[in-house]
Amino acid sequence: MATIDVPEQVSVLADAEALRKACKGWGTDEKAIISVLGHRNAVQRKQIRLAYEDLYQEDLIKRLESELSGDFEKAVYRWILDPADRDAVLANVAIKKLSPDHHVIVEISCTRSPEELLVVRRAYQARYKHSLEEDVAAHTKGDTRKLLVALVSAFRYDGEEINTRVANSEAKILHEAVKDKEFNHEEIIRILSTRSKMQLMATFNRYRDDHGTTITKNLEGDSGDEFLKTLRPTIRCLNDPKKYFEKVLRNSIRRVGTDEDALTRVIVTRAEKDLKDVKELYYKRNSVPLDQAVAKDTTGDYKALLLTLLGKED
Amino acid sequence: MALPVDIEALDKAFSGIGVDEKSLISILTNSNEEHKRSLRKGSSKLFIEDENGFERWDQSSIKILKHQFNRFRDAVVLSLLHPWERDARLIEKAIRKGPKHYNVIVEVACTRSSDQLLGARKAYHSLFHHSIEEHLTHIKGRERKLLVALVSAYRYEGTGVNEDVAKSEAQILYEAINNGDKNKLLDHEDAIMILATRSKQHLQALYRHYSQSYGKTLAQDLEGEGILKDTVECLCTPQTYFTRVLEAAVKEDADEESKRALTRVIVTQKEQLVQEGFVPNKIQDILLGLYKDFLLASIASGDIK
Repeated sequence: MATIDVPEQVSVLADAEALRKACKGWGTDEKAIISVLGHRNAVQRKQIRLAYEDLYQEDLIKRLESELSGDFEKAVYRWILDPADRDAVLANVAIKKLSPDHHVIVEISCTRSPEELLVVRRAYQARYKHSLEEDVAAHTKGDTRKLLVALVSAFRYDGEEINTRVANSEAKILHEAVKDKEFNHEEIIRILSTRSKMQLMATFNRYRDDHGTTITKNLEGDSGDEFLKTLRPTIRCLNDPKKYFEKVLRNSIRRVGTDEDALTRVIVTRAEKDLKDVKELYYKRNSVPLDQAVAKDTTGDYKALLLTLLGKED
Repeated sequence: MALPVDIEALDKAFSGIGVDEKSLISILTNSNEEHKRSLRKGSSKLFIEDENGFERWDQSSIKILKHQFNRFRDAVVLSLLHPWERDARLIEKAIRKGPKHYNVIVEVACTRSSDQLLGARKAYHSLFHHSIEEHLTHIKGRERKLLVALVSAYRYEGTGVNEDVAKSEAQILYEAINNGDKNKLLDHEDAIMILATRSKQHLQALYRHYSQSYGKTLAQDLEGEGILKDTVECLCTPQTYFTRVLEAAVKEDADEESKRALTRVIVTQKEQLVQEGFVPNKIQDILLGLYKDFLLASIASGDIK
């Protein structure tokens, strides 16, 4: 369930005017920006941008980019984009890092629906004049590259049907791989990148039933080679995305110094999806509400925006 | 008594690609039993002497006739299907029928636009309740990786090619082909990545650099490499690929599968056929009947949008 709080009636014209007012003159009224944008869904945000462009012949995003700074600006920029466009930006940022953030690419390709991933690929091309798979291929190598390209290229069947025989045999294959740490990368990549999500759930369940522990438990740890480091989030995202997001949030807050990129990314991309469920998981796991943990670890307008997206009342 | 000219006409009605329906109507509806008996006796291709004293159909001929009569039907059906369903069905059939048909998968994956290929993938979901990638799992051979990569592509279609990258990737392919184990080409990760992820513009630039740098075309260097050569041709020089397929279809000793390609290529490529003009002249003579009318009219009207 979503966490953002959107009012019943919304006037995008009034919103555009309010944002204009917030940016005019010396200094910026960040609170006003948060109070408008923080309470609008993707469709409304897009309409506000169009209305703003109409009224003031200016790109709202460019205006905000120039007015704001730091983590707050990054968060607002990501929040205001269309979800597909946002994912394209996140993917590109992850790819172009000196040491690419493979887990972000995994996250985007494995937690979005097949249809959503297609739209992301289209948005990526529009922005960067390359295909997503092309850029991933050009910036990674080895088996990690094979896995990542396969994941971003996948168009999984979205149906409910599962084949128990296949679940059984593929659970075995995965177990062999995990147990011996002799990863037959070809087979793992094939299974994880081509099967439907329902089929994979059946496979993971079968794994758990056959071996008494979940496959993710068997993959525990943070070390290992590049492939393993990419394989873990892949299986986690496919197996239980909400649990995966809870973990990312937990790690981003726990680290000495907060990992703002991860924190922003998860909150912004899930606020309209399942952040509420992730919040519940967080509380169960950490005995502290997520709002509280975020409030403790962040400051200023950045904090205010995050808390708003988390559903905190103004 | 059937005149030799009638027997010849009967044979001829079945001896091309398609069937001469008009000729058959005029021969057979004017035949009485006597006449038909001598037609059967005279037609050694279609009938053989049975031990019980009558002329019976040669079994292998019936099979061929079935194919011949179905050509018009197949052309009609293929032509009417939504392109996405059509391409999904072509791929599914190719997967089922095995290695000799994998070129059809390459053809569809590489000659359609990015959005058309996406459409085919969507159609595949609704028709077969699996993704294409999943069904390709059934292929045990080494072609699987390349095929999965090709059908999964969503290539950029804009202009703007980095010539330096194209040149260096031409070199990577050259080395893979000439210095490495040619048998292992299908396992060469970099080669597959390049062919499966780069835009067609980029690959065409790569193709040019390859010829300039090495004095032979990439396709020539892949002679004998089956689907790898098909892949390169479909992406870089599709008219060469289609010309080759059409000419194989109208050859003297063409097999059934090669002939079927005629329907597929003409129906799916008719716009390009008109523009590029690569239909072999022989087609006029070798096609028969309604099938011929349908295909020739398809080509003639190919530029009608």
